[in-house]
Amino acid sequence: MAGNYLPAVELTGSGRPVFLPGEIECSLLSSVDLESEENLNFPRFKSGLLILTTHRLLWLPDTAATTTTTYAAVAVPLAAIIHIFSPKKSLKSMFATPRVRFQVSVSPDGRVAENLGSGSKSMVITLVMRGKNDCDAFLSKFWEAWRGRAWESQASGSTGGESRDGSTVGGVRTAMMAGVSGILRKEQEMWESTDKSLQEAFQDLNALMSKAKEMVMLAEKMRLKLLSGSNIQTSATNDEEMGSKQEMQDWLLSVGIASPVTKESAGALYHQQLSRQLADFVKIPLERAGGMINLIDIYCLFNRARGTELISPEDLLRACSIWEKFDVPVMLRKFDSGVRVIQNKSHSDEEVFARIKSLVLKPDALRNGISASDAAMILGIAPAMAKEHLLTAESKGLLCRDISPDGFRFYINLFQEIDPNDVYL
Amino acid sequence: MQKLGDFKLPQFFNYPPYFTLQPVRDTREKQVQLWKELILDYCRTQKIFVIGLEEEFPLFSNPAIERTLSHEARDAFLLALVSEGRAEWMDKGHRKCLILWHRIQDWADCILNFVKDNGLEDSVMTVEEIRSGTESQGTDLHGMDRTVLMRALRLLEHKGKLAIFKGTSADDEGVKFSI
Repeated sequence: MAGNYLPAVELTGSGRPVFLPGEIECSLLSSVDLESEENLNFPRFKSGLLILTTHRLLWLPDTAATTTTTYAAVAVPLAAIIHIFSPKKSLKSMFATPRVRFQVSVSPDGRVAENLGSGSKSMVITLVMRGKNDCDAFLSKFWEAWRGRAWESQASGSTGGESRDGSTVGGVRTAMMAGVSGILRKEQEMWESTDKSLQEAFQDLNALMSKAKEMVMLAEKMRLKLLSGSNIQTSATNDEEMGSKQEMQDWLLSVGIASPVTKESAGALYHQQLSRQLADFVKIPLERAGGMINLIDIYCLFNRARGTELISPEDLLRACSIWEKFDVPVMLRKFDSGVRVIQNKSHSDEEVFARIKSLVLKPDALRNGISASDAAMILGIAPAMAKEHLLTAESKGLLCRDISPDGFRFYINLFQEIDPNDVYL
Repeated sequence: MQKLGDFKLPQFFNYPPYFTLQPVRDTREKQVQLWKELILDYCRTQKIFVIGLEEEFPLFSNPAIERTLSHEARDAFLLALVSEGRAEWMDKGHRKCLILWHRIQDWADCILNFVKDNGLEDSVMTVEEIRSGTESQGTDLHGMDRTVLMRALRLLEHKGKLAIFKGTSADDEGVKFSI
């Protein structure tokens, strides 16, 4: 029923909203109600998480309180806002729950929508802040975001808006852009602008930071291009080229999180939101690392993707340790040795053991055993990680150790198979 | 098949982890068991009664795979023998270990058989004669450790099968069988 009034918001697996291209979070508030005093049919959105972004005002149901989600997550596009009312300063308002009211345009059939010409109505929506939130700070950010009109630069930009805004941009495509020459011209223009933005970006750090968003978009585009290119030319390219392309893709992929959760924007909800964002982020590196990855590696990758908004190791650890409370597909695991890793919940040791077993049963390994670095190389994981796997396999009785001047090696465990009554096999 | 003198070594003697004390319980139990049997077997065939932990002992290293038991491992394996009554520490520092590849009771039975086989039921012998005399040649008694022999004889004395008495020379004792 919420969909009647407000557009729904897509959520990631860990409960973070999916942002539009170029959209950045500005502020997060907890325990916020959404209501409309004049419209009695307006559903009551009770005590949810409010996220202010440069493009939208997102309202997410509180996952902790309501296991059965009666409401879906909804959004108010900032573009639809006509006016934000200043709060009335009176003695009464000092003691009452802080409220922020704003006017939005509504289409004739009652939907909140933007850019409606004549014939549109309007509606006042009230935000009721029940939590301990800084109402004034939020209001000033709200104003800032609304006045910033970030959504407009998005829609008019020629490089952006392929997937989501493609439909609206497509409508105004002119004849000049048609045909092969049009495509070529467009390509040329794109290259020029790309070149320009690259040059500008490296002029100084401030410029780089302001360009970060564009750089991320550029990286994403280049990746897609490489991806499609390699699909077409698979037969023609040799392995080396494919390898370098793959590498290039990996680099680009690790460039950026467009809207990193920061202490500034999230406040008290910082660790919780960081945790969710991290859960979304680790999916790809985890997949590549075979379902388990060292905490240190993730720390580096995550901070690299965040660019300038670095987090401390302690923040990372806290973000990981509160995964237990959410329904996310990843978990933090501590080995007996104290090494901490992130792994998929579906990750099974059995699978790893099977691979290790096939490794140590090779004729060479039967004679000389395997070291942690051998295993790391063959399994394609970090040596420290490989050692943990080997030690776990040893504790399960699959392997046994050999410590000699040559080093620490593992062999398949034959002890259980030796018959004490017939040792001369 | 690898050999140590005339002693046949088992296949797993060339298995490197056999020479590293295993930390995992189940694996270790099995390893200790294999070592216990190998030590007893070796000592029996080579007539070795004492193992010095700090001395070279051929069984404790395998030059073919360049592995040697650590002191900790030797101690652990011998300790396992001691706890089963198949060995005894000769000093508090655990530097020397007496290996009982026959238990004292079995040694006593050995002596009785030896006496019966040679018709010595009522004879007198010195302890040295039992160890190195012509009669004992070819039996386990020949060349056996004096400490172990004395313990077996005292056990028999306790059962009334013989009497030990001071011999003519100061350092030798005589035995009077009465079976």
